[in-house]
Amino acid sequence: MQKQAIFQAKLLPYALVAPQLAVVLIFFYWPAAQAVIQSFLLQDAFGLSTSFVWFENYLDLFRDPAYFEAIVRTFFFSFAIAVSSLSFALLLAVMADKPLRGSMLYRTLLIWPYAVAPPVVGVLWIFMLHPSLGVLSRYLRAMGVDWNPLLDGNQAASLIILAAAWKQISYNFLFFLAGLQAIPKSVFEAAAIDGARPMRRFWTVTFPLLSPTIFFLLVVNIVYAFFDTFGIIDTMTRGGPGTSTVTLVYKVYSDGLLGGNLGSSAAQSVILMVMVIVLTGIQFRFVERKVTY
Amino acid sequence: MALRHFGAAAAVAATVGLGASPAWAATEIQWWHAMTGANNDVIVKLATDFNAAQTDYKVIPTYKGNYADTMNAGIAAFRAGNAPHIMQVFEVGTATMMAATGAVKPVYKLMAETGEKFDAKAYLPAITGYYSTSKGEMLSFPFNSSSTVMWVNLDELKKANVEIPKTWPEVFEAGKKLKAAGHATCGFSGSWVTWVNLEQLSAWHNVPLASKANGLDGFDTVLEFNGPLQVKHLEKLVELQKDKTYDYAGRTNTGEGRFTSGECPIYLTSSAFFGNVKAQAKFAFTAVPMPYYPDVKGAPQNSIIGGASLWVMGGKAADEYKGVAKFLTFLSDTERQVYIHKASGYLPITKAAYAKAKEEGFYKDQPYLETPLLELTNKEPTENSRGLRLGNMVQLRDVWSEEIEQALAGKKTAKQALDAAVERGNTMLRQFEKTAVK
Repeated sequence: MQKQAIFQAKLLPYALVAPQLAVVLIFFYWPAAQAVIQSFLLQDAFGLSTSFVWFENYLDLFRDPAYFEAIVRTFFFSFAIAVSSLSFALLLAVMADKPLRGSMLYRTLLIWPYAVAPPVVGVLWIFMLHPSLGVLSRYLRAMGVDWNPLLDGNQAASLIILAAAWKQISYNFLFFLAGLQAIPKSVFEAAAIDGARPMRRFWTVTFPLLSPTIFFLLVVNIVYAFFDTFGIIDTMTRGGPGTSTVTLVYKVYSDGLLGGNLGSSAAQSVILMVMVIVLTGIQFRFVERKVTY
Repeated sequence: MALRHFGAAAAVAATVGLGASPAWAATEIQWWHAMTGANNDVIVKLATDFNAAQTDYKVIPTYKGNYADTMNAGIAAFRAGNAPHIMQVFEVGTATMMAATGAVKPVYKLMAETGEKFDAKAYLPAITGYYSTSKGEMLSFPFNSSSTVMWVNLDELKKANVEIPKTWPEVFEAGKKLKAAGHATCGFSGSWVTWVNLEQLSAWHNVPLASKANGLDGFDTVLEFNGPLQVKHLEKLVELQKDKTYDYAGRTNTGEGRFTSGECPIYLTSSAFFGNVKAQAKFAFTAVPMPYYPDVKGAPQNSIIGGASLWVMGGKAADEYKGVAKFLTFLSDTERQVYIHKASGYLPITKAAYAKAKEEGFYKDQPYLETPLLELTNKEPTENSRGLRLGNMVQLRDVWSEEIEQALAGKKTAKQALDAAVERGNTMLRQFEKTAVK
């Protein structure tokens, strides 16, 4: 069997990839290069005075203990968000995959929250759990729980993780459900005939066959937790109380956009970019080995 | 052929379209602002009235989002070379705007160059001081100003048999009594934690927040708010937070609903909260001056303002500046200032307008609307109470809030928290100083 298709045309393939390349160049490489350049500059908000400062912006960051705290916090948040939203979505998908009456309705309802924008998610959770505006927090207080995420850093952090994970569940659910439905039913039936109980069938049949989906979602979720959660943080806690919910990407936003400190903000973006490249590299190098395609 | 016809038709249409408007030859003046609701109506009315009053200029107001959004939009537009003529910037953006020499046109220069009649003494010094150099040159034009006041739920105070407190020790006492009388989750509270408990507190007691007249005399200013008064005040709040006699309500004004819902009977926040209180409170209320510590000599001094001012952007044509200057003169008119004051609840900016509102008996039924004015004009402003001009103020406030939150959560002592706030803030000020245009 011939494995490789051979095309004779010399220019056609280039012409075909050119639009895609142009998009990547304009929307990724160009801004990325801008960020690298900006990270070596010290500039006022209006761009009136610019000086080249070599690596000073980076050095300032590495001298700042708060920056290291933000790095550790970001990794913790990402891990917590990815694990909780992935496991919960998998559970829901396995249940919704069962032959149930009205399963289409369940599936549709489970997918819906994905259409909600992150700041809206923030506002939604504020209405439930804000210490003075929240509906649920009144019940919590009535039950004797000292619920005050405005002052308790751990509560605020859990709130952010909860909201961010909740937002991502639908997306994960969608992929898990598709993955589950792609597994041939005959494999389950064979396992059932062999006497495997549901839990054993899940861990020995379903889980390995889902591993490409899980791997893909792991990468996507970590990138999501790194970059897309700042809208939630901004609406819910603005990084507080103290600095207990300041993540790397929130710091990029607040230093650059609110503080007008573009040099430091650019340096942080570059570090963040490198971090995600390395992280994704590690995932593909090591985690992917466990994946069965 | 078809194209030429189209061109001709478009030209005709354009002429007709412009001809239909009486100001077709008018010079357009872009005004970017951050006002919503009733205040947006005020802005639109001001622009419409000005446009109707003459035919040479046309002011076009555009809403650009909240204060920070508007400022960022203006900065981005400036970098792209098409800044608006007039930009509304909140008071904490003052240092950033002022540092941008060349990007902005100082108002006193604008008025002098265009030959508009302009007397800096006609404006209330407590308001213009914030936006002027140490020599008294007005850099931006005050538009909407407010100050911190103490909102009081009269019904609940009566029920708990508590007099309206005047000093901080009285507030603490009142908080305890109110808590005992059923306000278990909040005796007293406030919004904008740094504005109320650091910035206003310092000015009201005539102690410095930062060196160099709180930054008004130069960007090489150093923060100084870790002094005994501020530490003592924060210590007290930390102590009362433990049993919720005081209950922290967040960095911004999201906690204001706790006053209107009746949860917190005493609440310190902006006088601009008036509109919401009037619309939502189902109880008798009033606003009284901020409390003070009676053992501090000379207290209370005067309060400082919040709100926003109008900045004129640089690099525009001479006839456009002429129009901007005419518009600012138009806004300074006494009748107009009285109208803005009544319609928006913000303060009048000229002495004449204040006198007129008083004369009309505007404060008789609503004495609380005069409270911020009485605070601002309580005494002649000093170096410590004229205003603040600190670079990166938005971020500074976040850093200060972070430290105050640590103290209130019991992770740091009040002194440690304020020391850290000063140290971290100073680092940011040095950063700002480096980038400021010399």
